[in-house]
Amino acid sequence: MAYSEKVMDHFMNPRNVGEIENANAVGQVGNAKCGDIMKMYMDIEDGVIKDVKFKTFGCGAAIATSSMATEMVKGKTVEEALKLTNKAVMEALDGLPPEKIHCSVLAEEAIHSALEDYNSRQSEENRIKLG
Amino acid sequence: MDNNATTVVKQEVVDAMLPYFTEIWGNGSSKFYDLGNEAITAMTRLRESVAKNIGAARPNEIYFTGSGCEADNWALKGIAYAYASKGNHIITSKIEHHAILNACAFLEKHGFEVTYLDVDCEGRVDPAAVEAAITDKTILISIMTANNEIGTIEPIKEIAEIAKKHKVIMHTDAVQAIGHMPVDVGELGVDMLSLSAHKFHGPKGVGVLYIRNGVRIENLIHGGGQERGKRAATENLAGMAGLEKALDLAVKNLDVNIASMTEKRDRLIAGIKERIPYCRLNGPEGEERMCNNVNFSFKYIEGESILMLLNMHGIAASSGSACASGSLDPSHVLLAIGLPHEIAHGSVRLSLSEDTTDEEIDYVLETLPPIVKRLREMSPLYEEILHKEQIKA
Repeated sequence: MAYSEKVMDHFMNPRNVGEIENANAVGQVGNAKCGDIMKMYMDIEDGVIKDVKFKTFGCGAAIATSSMATEMVKGKTVEEALKLTNKAVMEALDGLPPEKIHCSVLAEEAIHSALEDYNSRQSEENRIKLG
Repeated sequence: MDNNATTVVKQEVVDAMLPYFTEIWGNGSSKFYDLGNEAITAMTRLRESVAKNIGAARPNEIYFTGSGCEADNWALKGIAYAYASKGNHIITSKIEHHAILNACAFLEKHGFEVTYLDVDCEGRVDPAAVEAAITDKTILISIMTANNEIGTIEPIKEIAEIAKKHKVIMHTDAVQAIGHMPVDVGELGVDMLSLSAHKFHGPKGVGVLYIRNGVRIENLIHGGGQERGKRAATENLAGMAGLEKALDLAVKNLDVNIASMTEKRDRLIAGIKERIPYCRLNGPEGEERMCNNVNFSFKYIEGESILMLLNMHGIAASSGSACASGSLDPSHVLLAIGLPHEIAHGSVRLSLSEDTTDEEIDYVLETLPPIVKRLREMSPLYEEILHKEQIKA
């Protein structure tokens, strides 16, 4: 398996693994049948992602993309985080083998799913328009 | 710990091969000078030895091929086309190697019908199901001697008796079995058998198809008159010598090797069960399992990530997960024994060789549990299970 050094680093030393108690944004994507599930927890204050944690069932790339995606949105505003793309995650990891690109898509979806959850908890007027 | 994938070539095997590169390098088709004749003499001896070591009645029933895959492909396609006027039906199982399954898929595209038999939860083919599947169009039954992923030893002798009763040709893919259990074509009662040298400490790129005299077969590779006109290509003399030596050593040391690998296999299985919760041994236990194969599913985690962490600790293993295979589905063998996808994704195969040491078994037993624990701590599925158990308690 030709993984980049960055992928190996994020797989061996994943950042932000865990859960956040009383998280105000939680998203889960993927399914066990396909072999990948990503769950993201966020603590969002005043529209800023103060903390983010993840748990992932999946291959090396699934774990590495989860780790990188959490790093990329931590400290960002919700609007900025919504702009995260799978391509950006892949580039930050110095690329992924073609058969693993879906892992980066899943990471993007996991972030978005958590942000949608956050949004749904807000009052009507405070909701952010999701693309 | 991945000796079902391939094995190291033994030094004695290398030594047996070397003269055929630099000393006896003639072409067996060149009969009118000494160098060619030396090659012919050597091949005669090698063929006799291989025949003896698999219990073939005559040396001319041994056909050297370029691999186990080629032997399997030849057996299926060669019989299908030779007996097409008699019938178009082939019986095999769902857990065969892809060399068999994909050759069957090819034949299906060309007018043949294939029955893929189910197996039980430990991977056994039921001989009664074989008999029930036979029709007046059945020309071939092909069932593997032992499964490469989960180690199940199939009841080949019983199936071969059924084949004989119904006058159907019986082939067995013994690629994984050689060196791990006694394999004797007479004892098994099969008409054809495939084997591959690199699975038992021989070189890659050489295999054998045993074809009992009296069985008609079409050529797969057309060309010159080698292998009695049935398989063209200038003989790979060094490869043949390597296969012969490796097979001879495997057969000579079989009892000792089986005893040693069985003991280590069972210690590894017991040790994993004891140290790792939520795991499942895939395939049977005891004598129905190949002596060198261990296959576990570790629930709530995925196989490729286990392999990557094992590799970091210097342990080579393989997995039936989709990620490890590069396809979307997990192993066809694990699905055939009834595992749900998510459990099949978390499978790891550890396969021993006669050179595996007690220290290596200890090292795996030390290294694997923390890896599983670490990945489970990252897994949302494991988190759910723990929550559920807390609620129950």
